[in-house]
Amino acid sequence: MCECCVQNNKDIYLPAPATITKRRMLNGTELYLHLESDSGKEMEYTPGQFVEVSLGGIGEAPISISSSPTQKGLELVIRNVGTLTRAIHKLQVGDKLGVRGPYGSTYPVEQAKGKDLVFICGGIGLVPQRSFIRYVLDHRSEYGKVTVLIGTKCYDMRLFREEIAMWQERKDMTVMETIDEAHDCWDGNVGVVTTLIPKIESDLPKSLVMVCGPPVMYKFVLMALAEVDVPQDSIYVNLERRMKCGVGKCGHCQINQHYVCQDGPVFRFSDLANVPEAI
Amino acid sequence: MSVNTISKDRFKQFVEALIQSDQRVVGVQARGDRFVFDDLKAADALRLDYDVTILSPRKYVLPPKEPLLKFDGRASYESLQESEPMVLLGVHPYDMAAINQMDLLFSQDEYDNHYMCRRKKMTIIACDVATPSENVFAASMGTATVDSGYDMLLTDIGDAYVVEAATDNGKALMNLMPDARPASEADIEKRQAVWKKNEHDLNKHMLECKPSFLPKLLEKNYDHPVWEEKARLCYSCGSCNQVCPTCYCFDVQDEVNWDLKTGVRYRAWDGCLLQDFATVAGDHNFRKDRAARFRHRLYRKGKYVPGKIGGQIACVGCGRCITACTAKIANPVDVYNQLMERTDIG
Repeated sequence: MCECCVQNNKDIYLPAPATITKRRMLNGTELYLHLESDSGKEMEYTPGQFVEVSLGGIGEAPISISSSPTQKGLELVIRNVGTLTRAIHKLQVGDKLGVRGPYGSTYPVEQAKGKDLVFICGGIGLVPQRSFIRYVLDHRSEYGKVTVLIGTKCYDMRLFREEIAMWQERKDMTVMETIDEAHDCWDGNVGVVTTLIPKIESDLPKSLVMVCGPPVMYKFVLMALAEVDVPQDSIYVNLERRMKCGVGKCGHCQINQHYVCQDGPVFRFSDLANVPEAI
Repeated sequence: MSVNTISKDRFKQFVEALIQSDQRVVGVQARGDRFVFDDLKAADALRLDYDVTILSPRKYVLPPKEPLLKFDGRASYESLQESEPMVLLGVHPYDMAAINQMDLLFSQDEYDNHYMCRRKKMTIIACDVATPSENVFAASMGTATVDSGYDMLLTDIGDAYVVEAATDNGKALMNLMPDARPASEADIEKRQAVWKKNEHDLNKHMLECKPSFLPKLLEKNYDHPVWEEKARLCYSCGSCNQVCPTCYCFDVQDEVNWDLKTGVRYRAWDGCLLQDFATVAGDHNFRKDRAARFRHRLYRKGKYVPGKIGGQIACVGCGRCITACTAKIANPVDVYNQLMERTDIG
């Protein structure tokens, strides 16, 4: 890097090393990692944001942050789905990887204060939502009722089971879980996540609703929310796209006029009214 | 700004002197019956009478493949910046307009110092078009002439060039032209005449609306049948992206050395017409229909990128995509005019 550039600006593509301090499989495909920055400096982020995770020689990919900024270190959950994530799954505690960020928009952390919050999570969509849920639980008195709906394809795919069990025991939040396919060990709700929406006790039209899940889920959840008169500007969706740069240059994550890496990943649904590529 | 005139013979001596200097000099040269930007070895090879180059000078501003950083193992990274001082000689106004747009895009929000550092070391000598190409429509896009971005602007007025030095870099280059004399009024008039002529002649395809109307036109026509009609013939080859002076999307890939430990992370041109451009891990393709990709390119040029750069339309009318497209469907004017036909302008 030449002098004029080093002086004035950081290299936006340069990852910083971080070390894996905890690791465990949450199910057959999802790996939980706890990272600490080698610089010793905590990353400053807000729930909803993501980081670009690098393994030199293999590549880089955008990964949602699952921890809350109220806790130490950075938590990520990585599905074994491609070349990079397969390699990340082989890493052990003490191994290092590269991280840059945080990037992207955030959940309405401030705006949501005093309001009832509903989180609708499908599968791995729980991962970024957990960042905001944990943040709310760490500032519990500042928010209204908290309802979390979690839908998972099958019993074995369920994420953060102990943590969800702890949430279910709390008196200051409501957590409902469902699985798409019945299972011998499961005596809870069976069906897609929309089947839980009628069971929500909060005043839905006055709540803020956060939605994150696989592409197929959004349409059905949004239809169900429209039926119970939740205004579109009270709904936040968390979208994923292919991203290469994370900083609004490479063009990959664009949905119509929006760059998911800058304008998203968290969008207010009413802002997507004229964005047909969104879902 | 200083405006001078130099005879073509003396100008050739200037180019020789430039080639002998310690800067890399890239200029337009013939390649078969077409033209390219390439390293200039002799002043005789320079062809400022060219119509259009196969690839735009984007290949120097944003190289097709560019190292971003080197790595040593999984988590040790170091920035790479390999740019060198360079003179880019013979940039047409429409290509200059494209570079001006890219400068804005790479410096706004997150500052891309790989791009910007290279640009700062670049001296651009633009030249007005002397021979219109078969598909140019710069006049329709307001880029038949250009008034910023270059260090020096040349205009062919017959036996001489009018030379405008617009920056300190440009003025420094004037030192290599001791024989230049201040442009006479007559020379300035000849230059005006060239501009006027180009604003008329560089229009082989005529856009039937002002370019500033395009964002609104597109807003009304997202589901227009033209996207499907045209895209039915599309090979998804990405040639239109490849030759476009304003396309700047890129992919990022790591190349590892034989030690399986060290290597380089590159960025390389990518194209939104290519089938897997928007595919994520797990094989979900967010833009899997050809028509959606075809539409996306023309929306980027006419609406999305303009939204990022103060309304400037990101098609500069060079006409390269028209020439490059095997299926003959890429002509932006043809598509935009078809939208005009069926749109109530209101």
